[in-house]
Amino acid sequence: MPDARLKTIEGGRTSPEAAQAPLLMQARKLSFCPNGKPLVDTVDLDIREGRRLVVMGANGAGKSLLLRLLHGLLPPSGGEVVWQGKPLDRAAMREQAMVFQRPVMLRRSVIANLQFALAVRGIGGTERRRRVEEALEQARLGDLARHPARVLSGGEQQRLALARALACTPRLLFLDEPTASLDPASTLAIENLIATAHARGITIVMITHDKGQARRLGDDIAFLHGGRLVETGPAARVLETPNSGAARAWLEGRLYLDDLSSTPSPTP
Amino acid sequence: MQDFGTTLAEAIGLILLADGDLIEIITLSLRVTLSAVIIACAIGLPFGALVGAFRFPGRAVVTVFLNALMGLPPVVVGLVVYLMLSAAGPLGPLRLLYTPTAMIIAQTILVTPIVAALTRQVIEDLQTEYSEQFASLGVGPLDRIAALLWDARYSLLTVALAGFGRAVAEVGAVIIVGGNINHVTRVMTTTIALETSKGNLELALALGVVLLAIAVIVNAAVMALRASAVRSAYA
Ligand SMILES: Nc1ncnc2c1ncn2[C@@H]1O[C@H](COP(=O)(O)OP(=O)(O)OP(=O)(O)O)[C@@H](O)[C@H]1O
Ligand SMILES: [Mg+2]
Repeated sequence: MPDARLKTIEGGRTSPEAAQAPLLMQARKLSFCPNGKPLVDTVDLDIREGRRLVVMGANGAGKSLLLRLLHGLLPPSGGEVVWQGKPLDRAAMREQAMVFQRPVMLRRSVIANLQFALAVRGIGGTERRRRVEEALEQARLGDLARHPARVLSGGEQQRLALARALACTPRLLFLDEPTASLDPASTLAIENLIATAHARGITIVMITHDKGQARRLGDDIAFLHGGRLVETGPAARVLETPNSGAARAWLEGRLYLDDLSSTPSPTP
Repeated sequence: MQDFGTTLAEAIGLILLADGDLIEIITLSLRVTLSAVIIACAIGLPFGALVGAFRFPGRAVVTVFLNALMGLPPVVVGLVVYLMLSAAGPLGPLRLLYTPTAMIIAQTILVTPIVAALTRQVIEDLQTEYSEQFASLGVGPLDRIAALLWDARYSLLTVALAGFGRAVAEVGAVIIVGGNINHVTRVMTTTIALETSKGNLELALALGVVLLAIAVIVNAAVMALRASAVRSAYA
């Protein structure tokens, strides 16, 4: 059998419109091997301005690690992250924001959580008040503004985390499963927030396990398997006619990471 | 010798009558202990927070030392402070031996490592939880310390109360450096030790009851703080 991975990367060219958007961020041979074992394995990835990239893959495939590496939260074991042609630095990180798989809330009120994020970025006075108001309204948390953030429900916390990230007006937003374990209404609320952010020109990189969501929110899909990028391409194309055996198996619900040893074979 | 019941009745009587000697001793005790705890917090909170919030070479060693110092034997601390303050010691000219100040110094030395070590633990746990979010937001070192101290405020109050509990019940160090001089350096614990040996059991027992009451109040305060922290999800 020919190497499925090689085939897919070749067949996984991004769409023509994507190629036109200017390059915002790039992963070059990015690896993360804390104990010698590669958890993220020589990933090459282009992130283009104003695009929405969806990262998919089985549990433990390395999606969250990849986002952490891209955002500069983990030092890579190999390769590099390039932001607008230069190595990623603290200034670049300030143009990005991330919503974590498990939202981290300060032990303070909802409004104080928003104020803190803005204060850290040097935004004060009336501008801060305006943005806090806007964020509360966006997240529909106005009534809960004075409540401790940690007593909010899971969905409310996710909305707050997203609103907090957006209040910092990032150019690039990382979202790690922003709607995992949310009910349909909360999911819709989050998806609307993401759509609004994208309409404002924010570039989005998000992880999801939800194919419908990937189709609704994604321009491109990057499929990870065992730390390797096995397929990239326009969302609709990857979801309908995946080239790689791994992506196909995963979409059909037959892929576990344990299958890694035997590279998933294409369906007969 | 009187039976326990009579002694206890007389002791309660002393407390209810707000006996002058008794009040003086309690007041001095609280003054010494509170001063020591305030100084210990002023040093131990920021120090513990720094060790808890930042990685630096030798951090593990500092942590081990802090934890070890929590168990300092009070008599040894008393002895060392005595040697420093005695006429022949380096701080002899200050003439602090057998004054309340000497007792405050000894208690501060005992309580500071407790406050620092417990603070380090509290701040480190919170830091673990916040670190990625803070890194993502680009929180600088000063903001980080301030935010961690503020968000850990309930736990840190319990830390201060733990320090107070240890200091107020301490006897070995203060008796060495204070000398247990009547109307000058007599605190609850040292008076209990002395009066018991003299057979003056009512006063000793009265002070014992007060000390016990303070311990109960401190622990109730800790529990109430915990409960309110949990209720408001700040824990
Ligand atoms: N700091 C780390 N050190 C060592 N191993 C790690 C570290 N972080 C994650 N891992 C391991 O790396 C693998 C990939 O983790 P990652 O969180 O990226 O998975 P994921 O693709 O996001 O999965 P999920 O869909 O379940 O969120 C897992 O096996 C995890 O146990
Ligand atoms: Mg993950």
